[in-house]
Amino acid sequence: MRQQLTRLFIVFALLVAALGLARRFLVPPTFGELGHYRAAAVEAVAGRKVEYAGRLACVPCHEDLAKQHEAHRHRGVSCEVCHGPAAGHTADPTEKRPSAPRQRGQCPLCHGYNPSRPTGFPQIEVVSHNPLKPCISCHNPHAPGTPRAPEECGACHGEIARTKAVSSHALLPCTRCHETNSQHRVSPQLSQPSKPTVRAFCGECHARGAAGSKDIPRVDLASHGNGNICWQCHYPHHPEAK
Amino acid sequence: MSNPQSRPEVPVEHSGSGPLDRRDFLRQALPMPLGLLGLAAGGNSESSAAPAAEPAIPSGYKASEHNYAMGIDPNRCIGCGLCAEACKRENDVPREPFYFRTWVERYAVRASGATVVTSPNGGIGGFPDSGETGVLRSFFVPKLCNQCAHPPCVQVCPVGATFQTQDGVVLVDTDYCLGCRYCIQACPYGARYLDPRTHSAEKCTFCYHRLVKGLLPACVEVCPTQARIFGEATQRSSPLSRFMRFNRIQVLKAHLNTDPKVYYCNLDGEVR
Repeated sequence: MRQQLTRLFIVFALLVAALGLARRFLVPPTFGELGHYRAAAVEAVAGRKVEYAGRLACVPCHEDLAKQHEAHRHRGVSCEVCHGPAAGHTADPTEKRPSAPRQRGQCPLCHGYNPSRPTGFPQIEVVSHNPLKPCISCHNPHAPGTPRAPEECGACHGEIARTKAVSSHALLPCTRCHETNSQHRVSPQLSQPSKPTVRAFCGECHARGAAGSKDIPRVDLASHGNGNICWQCHYPHHPEAK
Repeated sequence: MSNPQSRPEVPVEHSGSGPLDRRDFLRQALPMPLGLLGLAAGGNSESSAAPAAEPAIPSGYKASEHNYAMGIDPNRCIGCGLCAEACKRENDVPREPFYFRTWVERYAVRASGATVVTSPNGGIGGFPDSGETGVLRSFFVPKLCNQCAHPPCVQVCPVGATFQTQDGVVLVDTDYCLGCRYCIQACPYGARYLDPRTHSAEKCTFCYHRLVKGLLPACVEVCPTQARIFGEATQRSSPLSRFMRFNRIQVLKAHLNTDPKVYYCNLDGEVR
C-alpha cells in the first residue's frame, strides 16, 4: 500500500514538474504581465511605422501657407488630406516630396455632386462645371472661394433647379417665392433666403377667385389643409396637384 | 503561431488519425515536443531582440492614464472615403476590396421603406451618384471597430492573441494569432478580417502606434469635415467629451451589451 502511494506520488510529482517545465518553455515570456496576453505584443503594435505626420508637422516649415490656410474655409482640412501621407517628407524634406494634386480628380471626391451629402455642402456637377479645366485654375485650395459670385441659383442648387424645370412651376423665377439678399451669393450660410410663411402667399395664385389662368388648381384657403403652411404638405419645386 | 516552423507539424497530427500503426505514430509523435520547445525558444529570442532598438512606446506614455474613444457625426460625413484610404495607407491593409479597418456605408431609405446599404470599395474613391429614384433620404455612416469595453472577440480567442490594453484599445497579437477566425465570427460589427499575407486576424487599432506618439488616428487626421472626433472618453476637457455633451449619443447594437467606445450622434433609426 505504502509502496503504491510512493509510486503514485512520484508519478504525480513528475507530472507537476513536466507541467512546470512545459509552461516554462511554451508560455511566451511576457504573457500574463498585464493580462491574458503577451505584453510584448503592445510594443509590437505600437512600433509600427507612422505614415501620416499629423496636421502640426507642416506648420514650422510652411508657415506662410499655414497662415493662409488657417484663415479660410479649408482650415479644418489637414494638409495630408490633399497632399497624401507626409511622414517620409518630414523625415527627409529634400528627397521625399508629397504629391500635390493639380488635376481635376481630387477635388470632386468632396465637392462632386452627390445627393447623399449633407445639404449646404458646396458641390458641383463635375460633368458640366467648366469641363476638363483643372480646379486650381480658378480656385485656390489654400484659400477656397468662388472667383465670382454665381449668377443663377441653379449653379449651387442644381437639383432644385432641375426638378423645377420640369414642373408646372417651371416659369416662376426663384425670387418669386424666395427673397434673397445679395449677401447670400457671397456667404451662403450667413444670409439665408426666405421662405413663404403664410398661406395667403400661395393663395395669390391658388386661392378661389385669384387672378390668372383657369388651369391653375385652386382651393378654398379657409377650409383646405388644416391651417398648415402650403409647403408643409406640397413640394413647391415639383407640385403634384394638377 | 504563424511561425514557419509550426507548419510541418500540422500534417503529422492529421496523418495520425489515418491508418497508421502504433510504431509509426510514436516515431512521428515523439519529436513533436522537441519541435515545440524549439518554437518556444524561437519566440524567446524574437521578443528579446525587439526592445534593443529605440522603445516603441515613448517612456513618458502611461497607458493606464488614457481611455480612448471616438465620436462620429454622420451629419458631417460627405462620403469622400479619404478615411478608408488613409487607413489602408497608414496600416498597410491589403488593397483588395475585402479588407477594411474602417469603411463608409451609404444608407438609402426608399419611399417603400426598404433600406439599401452600399459601400463600393469601402467608400474609397467616393460614391458614384447611382441616379436611383424613389429614395426618401440617404446619408453616409463611417464604420470601424467599436473598441468595445466588453469585446466578444477577446472572449472567444482561444490563445489570448487578441486583448484589451490598459488604455481601452482592442489589439491583435499577430505573432501569436493562430488564424482560427473565431474573433471574426464573434465580432457583431464585421470589423475584423484575416490578413491573407500573415494569416492572422487584423482590425482597427485606433492607430495605436500613432496614439502613443501623441498623434491622432489616420482616419481622424484626414477627415476633411471633422465627422470623426477622437479623444479621451473620461476627460472633461477634450473635443470628444464636448461632442458627447452637446449631442444625443447612440452606439451601434447597444442591445448586445458590448459597450462600444465609438459613439454616434443623431443616428438614423435604419443604421445597424
